[in-house]
Amino acid sequence: MHELGVTQSIVNIVLDKAKEAQASKIVQINLVAGELAGFVPECIQFYFDILSKDTIAQEASLIFIPAPAQLRCRNCSTSFHLQNTLWSCPKCDSQSVEIIGGRELYVESMEVE
Amino acid sequence: MRKIEVVQNILGANDSIAAQNQRLLDEHRIFALNIMSSPGAGKTSLILQTIAKLRSKLSIAVIEGDVASTIDAEKIKGHAAAVVQINTQNMPESCSLIANMIDRALKSLPLEDINLLLIENVGNLICPSEFALGEHKRVVISSLPEGDDKPIKYPMIFADADAVVINKMDFLPYVDFDIAAFRHAVEGLNPKVKFFEVSCKTGIGIEGWCSWLLTETQLNPHK
Repeated sequence: MHELGVTQSIVNIVLDKAKEAQASKIVQINLVAGELAGFVPECIQFYFDILSKDTIAQEASLIFIPAPAQLRCRNCSTSFHLQNTLWSCPKCDSQSVEIIGGRELYVESMEVE
Repeated sequence: MRKIEVVQNILGANDSIAAQNQRLLDEHRIFALNIMSSPGAGKTSLILQTIAKLRSKLSIAVIEGDVASTIDAEKIKGHAAAVVQINTQNMPESCSLIANMIDRALKSLPLEDINLLLIENVGNLICPSEFALGEHKRVVISSLPEGDDKPIKYPMIFADADAVVINKMDFLPYVDFDIAAFRHAVEGLNPKVKFFEVSCKTGIGIEGWCSWLLTETQLNPHK
């Protein structure tokens, strides 16, 4: 639902960087989209195809590098990945968990010509 | 072909406008609250109750966010010192307020005359948690008819809240809402959160909520 604005930011970021690097074509964009960041890669791809039209990013492929939801139990300090959306510790079953990873959303790198 | 390192936060543009909004609010010693919930949980009702209780002590402005209509702004008009309605339809983010909408709204508010700004976000438990607006505190309202499983289904919004208001407490005899289980799930994600159990209909619990808010507004370090 909210991927349009985010995709516009991605396009702005890559076009700025490509200009800085004096590139003539963006071939590939590597994005890190955390599992908990709340953005759907398919939607970003859909908007990207529209927003990148007639720019040097037009034919770029978007690669989504997954960043899994990483949690830590506040009770026994066990770190674990989110399993089937259950937010409880696999070791001690505590529901008191801290989010330590998976909310990232950034342009990691890109390949240009 | 060559590789360029970028490492740039995609929400960076929103975050920097949000920081700019907060600086503007701080310069005017305004305390701002981002109020989030699903549609119908009682955001506008809580705002009306809050204004009724605190209007003799604070000058309160309201920013109303909705996909469409000015229904909420009409309800608030005449109660708050000032109100601005934002309609998000046809905007890139229709499901949530974002920082540049607040930037524009602040330009039409009499900032010199305000102590407390209540921002009513678009009714939604998913998108608003991703976008900082420049607020000092985040409040999530959950109401009894929605069920007690919302923190498990929509954890992120509860993980970031400073306060959780449980509204429609007058429904307790009629619905299977386990208050203890709800609080336990929220506290698991967010041990420092403050809870308020209220009914905007009967007025129970509003006193406690308003006294917390008054203290927070007065303690605002930028005041």
